[in-house]
Amino acid sequence: MAVPAPAPDDAASRARAAAARVTDPEVPVLTIADLGILHGVEIDEAGVVRVTILPTYSGCPAMGVIALGIETELARDGFDKVAVRLSQTPAWSTAMMSDAAREKLRAYGISPPERASGKRALFEASADVTCPRCGSAETERLSEFGSTACKALWRCRRCREPFDHFKCV
Amino acid sequence: MTHASPNLPAAWLMRLGDNSLILGHRMSEWVSCAPTLEEDIALSNLGLDLIGQTRALYTRACELEAAGRTEDMLAYRRPEEEFRNLLLVEQPNGNFAETMARHLIFSAYMLPLYEALKGSSDADVAGIATRSANEMAYHLRHSAEWMIRLGDGTGESHARAQEALDDLWAYVPELFETDDLDRAVAASGFGVDPAGLRGAFDATISEVLKRATLKRPADRHGIRGGRKGVHSEHLGHMLATMQHLQRAYPDAVW
Repeated sequence: MAVPAPAPDDAASRARAAAARVTDPEVPVLTIADLGILHGVEIDEAGVVRVTILPTYSGCPAMGVIALGIETELARDGFDKVAVRLSQTPAWSTAMMSDAAREKLRAYGISPPERASGKRALFEASADVTCPRCGSAETERLSEFGSTACKALWRCRRCREPFDHFKCV
Repeated sequence: MTHASPNLPAAWLMRLGDNSLILGHRMSEWVSCAPTLEEDIALSNLGLDLIGQTRALYTRACELEAAGRTEDMLAYRRPEEEFRNLLLVEQPNGNFAETMARHLIFSAYMLPLYEALKGSSDADVAGIATRSANEMAYHLRHSAEWMIRLGDGTGESHARAQEALDDLWAYVPELFETDDLDRAVAASGFGVDPAGLRGAFDATISEVLKRATLKRPADRHGIRGGRKGVHSEHLGHMLATMQHLQRAYPDAVW
């Protein structure tokens, strides 16, 4: 018996769910949907799934892997024709990260970006960065540049643990 | 004078992209030779940002030009005189103080430029400028903190930081010169006239130098030419390295 083809909206939401499973290769605890990188998923008249992603830090080398991950996850769910496009607008910022994503980061051991976006003045003290392990606000920056383009290296002065901090931009 | 592209907005974006590409490559030359591991990571991170910004600027320029060129063709297939970067960014890395002084000057200039470019009539350019401004803010912070540490450090570090600043100050006037291309894109709302950035630049530099106990060098007539394609001897040597692979094996891919 022939199964009726799903309504186009259904297919689009299935495609979106597939793309939303892709995780960031540098922060594997977060999906690209958590990060705000996944911007749009549409299916055009020719049946091509058109995915729009927002680049994060200009120097982030993960965008190619993320695009490949999107194609892989869509193929897994039966979408063979996929086009991934980087869009410069809207400009991504850490403000696009959801509360759930921030909590996932903290649980993973990375302190989430400050909420006030990184616009602190040149010599203003760093905004509150709390230790993801013991919760102390007595922290200090060791280096503004850490293990990846999106992270800085900090240390907790109470529990003495070093930790990664997701840079706020 | 002919521009890098007959399409004026594209030519203007290429000039911006040339600045960030050439400085980004210079930063990459520090990889594995920086004074500490943290600084090695920092300098390569700054270089990555600059090269990432270049890719976005070149890509948009090529779309506007619509002549079939790509970001790789701009980076790897153009000879020296077709690059329109500021002479400042092609200067050799020198010692660490020279690299930091060069980066302080560059980021104190680019931050207000990108801030102003957020209002571009081109939505893509405004988006690129928004993200790049966020990044230039921490480029400026990093180079400013180092200049303060060096200037307010030992006699030796102070002397080297002052000497670096004095040497590079000759390249500052070129940053703020306006030509017909700047005027055309600024008038149309697409781009920014760099002459208007001098006040913000001076204010940042004064604040940093005061904390660093360094003297602001006297303004001189300065050395210029990069924005017209007339370069110092250093660019050609740099391009020979940077373009070698694509020149020897055109269209090579991973």
